[in-house]
Parts: sequence; C-alpha cells; structure tokens
Amino acid sequence: MLDDASSNPLKDGRQDVNMIETEGLKKSFGTVRALDGLDLAVPGGSVCALLGPNGAGKTTAIRVLATLTRPDAGSARIAGQDVVRHPGQVRRRIGLAGQHAAVDDDLTGRENLFILGLMYHLGRRGARQRADALLAQFGLADAADRLVKTWSGGMRRRLDLLASLVVAPPVLFLDEPTTGLDPRSRAEIWATIRTLASGGTTILLTTQHLDEADRLASYVVIIDAGRVTAHGRPATLKAAIGTRIDVVTGTAEDLPVAVAVLSRWATHPPTVEAGERRLTAPVAADAVTLPELVRQLDAAGVQAEDVSVRRPTLDEVFLNRTGAAPARAAGSETAA
Amino acid sequence: MNPTAWAGSATVGMATRARWALIDGLAAAERLITKLKHEPASIALTLGAPVVLVVIFGYIFGSAIKVPDGGNYREYLVPGLYVTIAANILPPMVTMARDSTRGVVDRFRSMPINRAVVPFGQATATAIYGLANFLLMALCGLAVGWRIHRGAGYALIALALLVAFQIAMTWVGMYLGLLIGNEEAAAQTGIVIFPITMVSNVFVPTSGMPAWLRLLADWNPVSALATAVRHLLGNPTPVNRAWPLEHPIAASLAWTAVLLAIFIPLCTVRYARSRR
Repeated sequence: MLDDASSNPLKDGRQDVNMIETEGLKKSFGTVRALDGLDLAVPGGSVCALLGPNGAGKTTAIRVLATLTRPDAGSARIAGQDVVRHPGQVRRRIGLAGQHAAVDDDLTGRENLFILGLMYHLGRRGARQRADALLAQFGLADAADRLVKTWSGGMRRRLDLLASLVVAPPVLFLDEPTTGLDPRSRAEIWATIRTLASGGTTILLTTQHLDEADRLASYVVIIDAGRVTAHGRPATLKAAIGTRIDVVTGTAEDLPVAVAVLSRWATHPPTVEAGERRLTAPVAADAVTLPELVRQLDAAGVQAEDVSVRRPTLDEVFLNRTGAAPARAAGSETAA
Repeated sequence: MNPTAWAGSATVGMATRARWALIDGLAAAERLITKLKHEPASIALTLGAPVVLVVIFGYIFGSAIKVPDGGNYREYLVPGLYVTIAANILPPMVTMARDSTRGVVDRFRSMPINRAVVPFGQATATAIYGLANFLLMALCGLAVGWRIHRGAGYALIALALLVAFQIAMTWVGMYLGLLIGNEEAAAQTGIVIFPITMVSNVFVPTSGMPAWLRLLADWNPVSALATAVRHLLGNPTPVNRAWPLEHPIAASLAWTAVLLAIFIPLCTVRYARSRR
C-alpha cells in the first residue's frame, strides 16, 4: 500500500486491496433464491472466474455488482464503493459485457462505439478516435463500417467486449463471454481478456466452461444454489480434490485384477469403461507414485497398455463440488 | 479513455450535470436517427404509408362518404391522417422493447449516464422523424386537393398541437415497450392499437355511429386533436356538441398534458429501474 499515493484514485491499492467484495449477498425472485449468502473477494488486478451450472446465481451476482439489480440483503463494494448506496460511483468504475451481445444490430461497429463514447463525454472527436483505436487494436477495423447484424457471432461478442472498454474501466464484468461461440472465436475472446488482464484490469467472469476458468482465471469460485461451495487457485482446488489414476488394460480379463489393485488407494470405487478397457479411480493427493503403481500392477500380472497418474480436470472438481449436498454448508465452504 | 476524469466527476456542480444530461440525451437521439439512416426500407414504408392511406380512404372509402354540412371528404380526411401519424405509438414501442430484450438498456443502466435522459433523447428523435412524416403527408394532401385555408399562423399552431401530441404518444409507446419487453409481441400489438384511431372522427364523422360507440369516439383524444387541426386549417369540421369537440384545442392540450404527466414519470422510473 506504500505506493498508493502516486496513482489515480481508481487504481488505489490494486495489488493489495479487494476491488470486488461481497458479504452475505442475498437475492430472491419469488420463491427462487438466486443468491443465498454469497461471499466474494477479488483482489485488484486479478482475474476471477465464477463457475457454476445454469441457475447457480452467476448472472444475478454480476447484475448486483453492476448495479442492475438490488440485493435483498448483504453488501457489495466495487473499489470500496457500495453498489446500493453509491451506484453512480460504481458505474464510473465498471464495464459490463453480457451474455447476450448488447450491441445495436442496426448500427455499424464504429457507430456503436462512437455513440457510447458520446455518452461517456469524450466529445465527438474523442469518441471517434477512441472507436477507431479500439477497432484497430482488437482487429475489427475491416468490418467497422458494416452493420453489426451482418457480423458473425464471435465478432459481435468482441464488439460487445469493446463496448465495455470505451473508457478503460478498472473493473470488468464478463457474463459468460464465450457461451455459444466456436473454438476460434473463443480463442480470440480469450486473447482479448488476457490482454486486458495484463494491463491490470480486475476481471470477474462467469462461465460454465471449465477449461475457460482454468485457462483465464488466477482464482476460481465455484457457486451452486447462490452460494460459494469452493474457492481457490485452480491448482489448489485440484490438489484439494486429490489425484486420478487412469489404467487401460491389454485384455478384458485383466480388468477385475486392475480394479482390485487400484482399490488399495481409491477413495471411491473405480469407474470402469469395459469397452475401452479403461479404469479411472480417484485417490487422495500424492497417495501413490507412478512407478509404485506400475510395479503393483505388474506384480498382480496386469498387462497395462497405458497407466497415468494425473491431477483431476476442473470438470471433475466441478462435478465433485456442485454434486455435494447443499445442506452440508459449513463443511463445504472452503476447499482451499 | 481516462478513468481519472470519471473519478473526479462525483463532485460537480448543477451546470455541469445539466450539460452532461444534455449530451447524454443528444447521444440517445443521435443513436436513433443514425439507425433510421440505415433502414431505407423502413423509411420508405413509413413514408409510403400516407400515400396508401390517402388512396384507400380518399378515393375508395371516400367515394361513398359524404361529409355532413358539406365539404370535400379528402379535405376532411387529410387532417385525420396527420393525427394517425401523431398517434402512432408502434415505432417507439418496438424500439424500446427491442432495446430491453437485447441488453442495450442494461448496458446504458450500467454506465455513469443520466438514465432518465435516454428516453427524453429518444422522444426527441421520434419528434424529428415525425416532422418529416407530417411534411410528406402534407405533400400527398396537396396533391389530392387538401388546402390550408386560414393562413400559416394557424397552420403552425396545428403543427405544434400535432407534434406535442406525438411526443406524448411516444412516451406512451416507450413505456408500453418497456412493459412488454419483447420485440415481436410489441410489433403485434399494432393490431390491437389500430381500432383506437378507428373509433374516432379521424376517418368519418361520429354522427352516424350508434350512441354508445359515438360516446367513445367523441371522447377519444384523437377526435379532439383531429377536430382542432381541421378547425385551425379551415378544413370541413362537422358540428358536434360533445364537450371535447366544442373546445378541441383546449381538449387536445389537456389530453397531451395528461398523457405526459402520467407517462413521463412511469417511463423514466421504469427505464431507470431493472425488473430482474
């Protein structure tokens, strides 16, 4: 915090202070509890992924943080500004790119950004220059003067992202930025997000794509039924969830023997894909080394075609966490 | 571009706030006008409608309609067609419904702009577009024998009444668009709205209608406005003893004021506040 005094007020304490904080955030729609005591803390300059299934409360969380929805209870602050008491202050510090590209189909890409520039009071010339700069920087200059309705889904999504960057906000909310995009467009969005993150922007993104959270985020928060079920660095989460052993046997006869061997360490019964002669077993982190595993299989007479000891994918973490009984709130708060 | 400028903007005077509100409103207006520039087909359709209406009503229905107390039916009709233009709430309704489904409204809501000002800007843009429609209708009217009989001064008053009413109806349309929040549904309500201009003296005098329908038609705001415009332009105005039609200018202004007083607050509050 020593070097804070030199920077502008929006960038205060980027490295040390939470740019996004919520405590006990609650929001219900009728009988549906979208948020049920959500606690979040996102340090300045980091990329945090809010990971969860449909209806977990991801979008509601973003809407509350972006001052679009009032929470029923709890509090939320962006750069220290309360979203309910000082929404105007919050809006000066945030950019929002939604799940549905909120750009005008009936305007060109350039006009879209120009109008937003006017609304951000950049002046006509300033707005024009900013639009040109953004379009050039993010590779949309060629299409800039075509109506957005003629653009591809990926290009529209990128324009939507640019629309949230007209004034380079210190905090950016991205609600499922790549949902429904083809792999190439997704990679382009990812590259854009990485560029922004490297520039020091604090980013909170929601996603159902586990590889997306894994690739982009320095911190992952898994939410289900409106509350946090696990959070931590992707590596920490994976470690907490243990290790996986995969074995492919040479013959079907070897499968039961291999199951017996794996059961020595497995925390859950191994899953068997008989057709592929593949076994997968979850074990506690570092319960067994690869050489030890190979020796034991060999000693039991298993002809293994493939043996691997690996950390679980975020997919497996995700299934493990959101599948946990929601009632077990106290025990499942933190996996890290 | 420069976040520092925004950080400082929390503590600014009224004058600056007013200037920013004006900039936001003009930007919202410019947005709609720019959109229109890209839709030559929709412009052609909107501007072509008066021609079609003049032909259908002026020559097809008009050939069988006699204006009581004498007068040319097409001279009676054209002021009525101005009123149908002023009362057309469909475009602002569809625009607003589209913006709220597509997330544009949410984007504006998440920006540090004066939220109430956006609908004001859109109303302004609609009014400017409306002026072009009135002008085209006038040209059509002149071609089929409609004339201004009482001079430019009264004609301008008539135009002012029409523009004021159109702005009021734009607010009604924007509010309904936000309420419906679905582009297709908003577009389809046109079928429901159409009878509202029909049950009036816009196309035919109310004197031949059954009593219950006539009561509705005489008190329809659209009838008062059509009567006022006919009166100010010196076009045929059949005698009608209903209060709003005896005092058509006062009645038009009153209806306009009532609609604005109701729908500006409803619409701005609804626009600023999210439903979800």
